[in-house]
Formats: sequence, structure tokens, C-alpha cells
Amino acid sequence: MWSISSCQDGSGDKKGALGSNIAEKVYVAPGEHDEFYAFVSGGFSGQLAVYGLPSGRLFRVIPVFSVDAEKAYGFNEETKPMLETSYGFVPWDDSHHPDLSQTNGEIDGRWCFINGNNTPRIARISLQTFETEEIIEIPNSAGNHSSSFVTENTEYVVAGTRFSVPAPQVDMPIAEYKGKFKGAMSFIKVNPEDGHMNLEFQIMMPGFNYDLAHPGRGKSHGWMFFSTYNTEEAHTLLEVNASQNDKDFIAAVNWKKAEEYMAAGKFKEMPADYRHNVYDESTHSATSNKMTTVKVLDPTELPGLVYFLPTPKSPHGCDVDPSGEFIIGSGKLSASLTAHSFPKMLAAIESESFDGEAYGIPILKYEDVVGGIVEQAGLGPLHTEFDGKGNAYTTFFISSEVVKWKLGTWEVVDRQPTYYSVGHLMIPGGNSRKPFGKYLLAMNKITKDRYLPTGPELTQSAQLFDISGDKMQLLLDFPTVGEPHYAAGLPASLITENSKKYYKLEENNHPYAIKSESEAKVVREGNVVHIYMTTIRSHFAPDNIEGVKVGDMVYFHVTNLEQDFDVPHGIGVIGANTSELLIMPGQTETFVWNPKKVGVWPFYCTDFCSALHQEMQGYVRVSPADSNIELTWSLDDE
Amino acid sequence: MKNLIKTTTFLLMLLAVSCSNPPASNEEVADLENTRPKGQASVVDDESAKNILQIAAGSPDHTTLVAAVQAAEIEHVLVNAGPLTVFAPTNAAFDLLPEGTVSDLLKPENKGTLATILTRHASPGSYDVPALQKLVKKGFKLYMATGDYLEITQEGEDVFVGGAKIIGTIQTSNGIINVVDKVILPE
Repeated sequence: MWSISSCQDGSGDKKGALGSNIAEKVYVAPGEHDEFYAFVSGGFSGQLAVYGLPSGRLFRVIPVFSVDAEKAYGFNEETKPMLETSYGFVPWDDSHHPDLSQTNGEIDGRWCFINGNNTPRIARISLQTFETEEIIEIPNSAGNHSSSFVTENTEYVVAGTRFSVPAPQVDMPIAEYKGKFKGAMSFIKVNPEDGHMNLEFQIMMPGFNYDLAHPGRGKSHGWMFFSTYNTEEAHTLLEVNASQNDKDFIAAVNWKKAEEYMAAGKFKEMPADYRHNVYDESTHSATSNKMTTVKVLDPTELPGLVYFLPTPKSPHGCDVDPSGEFIIGSGKLSASLTAHSFPKMLAAIESESFDGEAYGIPILKYEDVVGGIVEQAGLGPLHTEFDGKGNAYTTFFISSEVVKWKLGTWEVVDRQPTYYSVGHLMIPGGNSRKPFGKYLLAMNKITKDRYLPTGPELTQSAQLFDISGDKMQLLLDFPTVGEPHYAAGLPASLITENSKKYYKLEENNHPYAIKSESEAKVVREGNVVHIYMTTIRSHFAPDNIEGVKVGDMVYFHVTNLEQDFDVPHGIGVIGANTSELLIMPGQTETFVWNPKKVGVWPFYCTDFCSALHQEMQGYVRVSPADSNIELTWSLDDE
Repeated sequence: MKNLIKTTTFLLMLLAVSCSNPPASNEEVADLENTRPKGQASVVDDESAKNILQIAAGSPDHTTLVAAVQAAEIEHVLVNAGPLTVFAPTNAAFDLLPEGTVSDLLKPENKGTLATILTRHASPGSYDVPALQKLVKKGFKLYMATGDYLEITQEGEDVFVGGAKIIGTIQTSNGIINVVDKVILPE
């Protein structure tokens, strides 16, 4: 009887998931693995979230630009330098656009890069450890938005400034913006061996707003395309004053030409103040280096470096198709999409058919470079990716939909609503020569009634579409961390083989590491006390410490002696003005404790490590500042 | 529980037969019980330091013990986070038992008895020989995973647990193996 009534329900107007094969398409059985990883930006959380597709399961939130007490990121002594900037320790940022390293235009599974928007920075995350390994601050930049996009062989990560600013900074009237403010485009060189970044050069552009960027590929390799808005150079009420020009620009930057100019010494060395922070896996510690100069190229004096492609109405996305032929401009106040043709652009440059110039930078004629227009595709286009089968998919914020259209014929072939007001979308490999055109992830800005209510603040949502057929099919709707501005995805197989399981103890070069319990000790240097401690299932060594005094600065240097996958230990001590530590096998981490009260104070393991986890604890005796209790430590009274 | 699953599967199959649009394949659902037949012991990990089961399985002196662990279907216990100390009788130790005992215990109907006997060779915690000598000094008994306490004795440097002599010790990723010369049987 029950089954019969279910059938009638299933054949009603509103077919549930069981009435079709949708549930099956996103069902990843317990113990089975997802086909793709998705790295989804955490927006104003400052972090990077890692999901599996098609299940939408959240695996990890990688701390990048914001402190994370759960993982002691920015709280332990080892990672505090990662968040150092020229403004001091900055515990937060707004992370926007992850992009993956590429080799020959294909995703290679080595690193993920992401930009910090507020205090301009670029981070590099290892896809072996899923840890942030490096952060470089960007000088002369403000609102690091058209970032962090990677060239076809990961030669560079680029970072364009959204807000133009005086460069170098100077005390001047805001109203004198026009002509005086500058927009820096930064090219960060990536070492192919270890991924280490170096701010190679900046191109000092006119004071427009630089919104997004994408690399040329294939035939357009060697070029980078940046969308601009506010070519009006308004300094106030931009929602009105920056919407006056019928067309803004996509800036086409010939970075191979830039390299020639750099090699020919055509740069100016400019004083700058920025930090370069590197985490060393061998010492399990980060260092922060002060940088003092940057090399700058002036496009107004260097011919052939930059050209402007007129593009309607404040373009946001500027996306390059897998062949590298078309650059899709999404004028966010326009109803149509503009596809610039790279070959036409080259021909127009060749024939010097210019429509004037802006600050000495040639403006190409719109009709010379347009390769096609997708007419009346929707309202408020933002961003386009590709499936590698000749189709493009564009998000429309105002009309709240994803629109599928054909490259070359420019015809719209499908549209699906999103819930609600989609920003970016992501197809795994969609920003490369080789997209994996099976799924599309739409990242929405507005949630409203999509989930159970949680008071005024709601999670934002991502929606997964199956794009393997002619028509897109909505499969799944899942909540995200912070605001998902953009994402990058790749087949899981590119990562899983190389994923690190634990750190080898013999390779641990942390200055306070100890490799066995017998080396455990406590050392006093004036009022600084260093505790060299180990963890192994299920005890600390030492676990009884006496002779610590009120006012001491006590460093717990804790080495996890385990050499087994997925056996972290944690430690927390009562009253510490910092987070716990969460120490991976073979790793050493340090936190500082300033005991303020006389007494005997416990510490314990914060990660349920083993059957005797609840027994994993210890005590520190804290005596008055003037006491002469001898410093002693022990485990099982020895 | 298994019966419940079977019943549910049956109902779902009925549903599938009577509907034009079948729901997600029920065979897949039923297969879930088989994806991890040995629990955590199904995890493939060639990089981490070896755990108790992996070391025992690689020891030519412990083939009987490993066969018994498999027959009792308690592999997952030996790969657990632990920490665990296993008193591992050698093949020779099993040979000391009255003839027919081992083959009897390996029979499916004696699975429960076998599991109890083996579990009585494991203690939650990490006890190498110095740690056991310390227990002797403190006058402590050793708490076993079955809930009983075993006597620990010392003769010179030699340590005996439940009458079995420890003849070797191996550190593993999730605990300690003390090789013993006798099977520890209930008194």
C-alpha cells in the first residue's frame, strides 16, 4: 500500500528527486570518492573551502588570509608570520578568485592560488598538504580584485588593482584623482620547481578600476586580458558616475613584450614596502621578509605593451575560450555579451587602425576586434566558462540564470534559473585549454528561503548543474563558507596520488623539535620557559611540570611523534590567550602561555586521538613570581 | 539490523517493480555493506609506519595468530587508533596447545570463543617491557581488553604475562607487540 501511494506522489506535477535520476547523479555512496575537487573561495571569511563534486560535501576549510583557531593558523608561533604585512599583523582578508597551476594550458594539480582583496596579497596553497605555503603582499595596489589568474605554464600569477590609488602613496585631495591615481598590474613570477613567488614587475596603468583578468592560451598565450570599469575616473558615487561611458575597456597586455622590456632594462625601480611570507615544510615554520623595491614598467612610454579593446558597459568577466581565440567581455550593465577575436585584434594592431588613445595607450576600434555578439542573452552578465565542446556558459546576475550559448554561432541554446542572483560559475578546468565539461557550479549571492532559516544571517549557496547533455539540469544545492566569489575545480585523480599522509619525523628541522620522549625537557632563560614536549598515544611527555612562575612567558613546543596517517594530537591549557594547537604526525608547533595565577593548571589533548584520549592530560604548577621552586618535569614520576 | 536492511531493500524493490520510474538502484544500496568488509582494516596505506596487524601479517612466526584473527573477524581492532598492546603468541606457542584445539577454534561456530581468547591477548595502552616492569614494581595487574586483569611477574629481566614469557617487543604505529611463548588461556 505504501509503495503504491509513493508512486502516485512521484507521478505528480512536482517530480521529486526519486522520480528522476537526479539523486543518483549526486549520490556518492558511503566510502566512495567524489570525481572532482572544487576549491571555492571563502569570500569575507578569507579562507578557501574544499568540496567534492558531485556530492557537494565539504572536506576542509583551508585557512589562508584569516586566523583559524581550529587549526591554530595565525595563533601558533609558526604561522603568525604568514599574516604579517607592511601594516603589521592583519588577521583577516576577503578571498576572491582561486586559480590552479597549469602546464601547457592544462590543470596540473600542483598549487592553488588565491587573492586577498582588502590588504592586497596573493597566496599559494600546496595541493599536497592543503596548507597555505606562501603569501606575497602587493604594493601600489588597493582592492586586489583582478587576481589571482595564472598563465598557461604558471609563468606568472597576475594581480590587478580594483581601486586606483596614488602610487607611490601621497597626501593629496581626493578630488584630484583624475590623471593622478594609478592602477598597478602586478606580474608575480612562479618558480616552476617549488612554486615560490617573486613580484617580477608592475605595469603602472591609468587610474581605472581593474575588475577581472584571464590569460591568453594557445594562440593567445603570452597575453593577459584585464577588464576595466570606471574609465570615467570618478572618485565618488561610482554607481552613477562610473556608468557614463557607453564602453569601457578590456586591457590586452602583452607580457612577453613586458619581459623583453624588462630584459632591456626599460623598467624603473621604485621604493616599495611589502612583505613576502614563506612557510617551510621542513621547519614547519613561516618567515616574513620585508621587501623594499619593485620594478615598474610605464605603458605610456613602452609601445606594444598594452592595447585597449572597447567593451560595452563596465565589463566584469573577461574570459578566454579553450582555443585562445575569443575573449568574452561581460558588460555587467549590458544585455549582450561581446566576444573579441584575438586574430582580429592582432590584425588591427598590425594595421595600426586605432580609435585614439588613452594616456598614450592605443584604443583599438570596436568593430575591428569584435568577433561576435551574443544578443540579448540576459540581464547583467558577469562571467563565462567553457565545456570544451564548443559551448560557453554565462552567469546573469540580474536575470538570475545561467545561459548556455555556442561559440562561433553566438546563439543561445539553453537557460536555467538560479536561486538566486548568481555571481560566478565554475566548470572544472573551465579556465584552461582542457575543460572537463561534466558539471557546472553556480555560486549565488542571495539565499533567502533556500534552506532552513538561521536568523538574519544566511549561508550562501552553490548550485550544481549537469552539463553533459544538451540541456543543463539542476542537480544539487549546497551551502558554502563565507561568500563563494569564484572557484576552481579539477579531477580528483590529479591530486589524490600526491596527497601527503604525514610528515616524516626525521625530516623535521623545527628548531624546537625533539624526536623522542627521552629528549623531553624544560629550559628556563630568565623569565622565558621553553617546554620541549612530545605527544604519542596517549600521553604527553613531560606531563607534570613544576617551577613555572607567575609572569613567566612559557613556550609549549610540542612535537607529535606519531608516524601514522590521520593521528593528530591537540593541546590546550587553561587561560592561554591563544588557540589550541592541532599538530599533525611528525610536526612541531608552539604556543605561548602567560600564567597569571598561582596554582596547578591542567592541559589536555584537544583532538580525540585514541581510546585513552580522555587520559591524555597533564599539570603545570605555577608558583608566585618570587618563589624558588626548582624547575622539574616528569612523566610517571620519572 | 541486517534483517531490517533486507526488509527495507525488499520494500524498495517492490516499489521499483510497481513504478514506471525506478528509484536509485537498490543493488548499489545493498552493496554498501560490502564496500568495507574489514572495517578500518580495509584502508590501504603503504606510507605510514606499520600498524599491529600489518606487522603481524608480515611475520612468518605469527601465521597461526593472523589466521585466527581473520577467522574471528577482529582485524579492525588491530588497526584501531589504539593504543593497544598485543601479546602475540608464536606459531610454536599455538603448537603447544592440545592437538586439535586450533583447528577446532578456527571452525565458524567457534568464532565467538576464538574472538574472546584473542581479545584476552590485548591490553588498551602502550606497555613495552620497561613499562610492564614498572607495573610489577607498583604491584599493578594488567587490564585486558576482555575486562579481566592478568598477573604480571618478573624473573630477572624476564617478564611474564598470564604465565606467558615475553620473548620480543616490536613498536608499531598504533601500539606495541610483545611476542610471547605461550597462548594465554583462561585459568
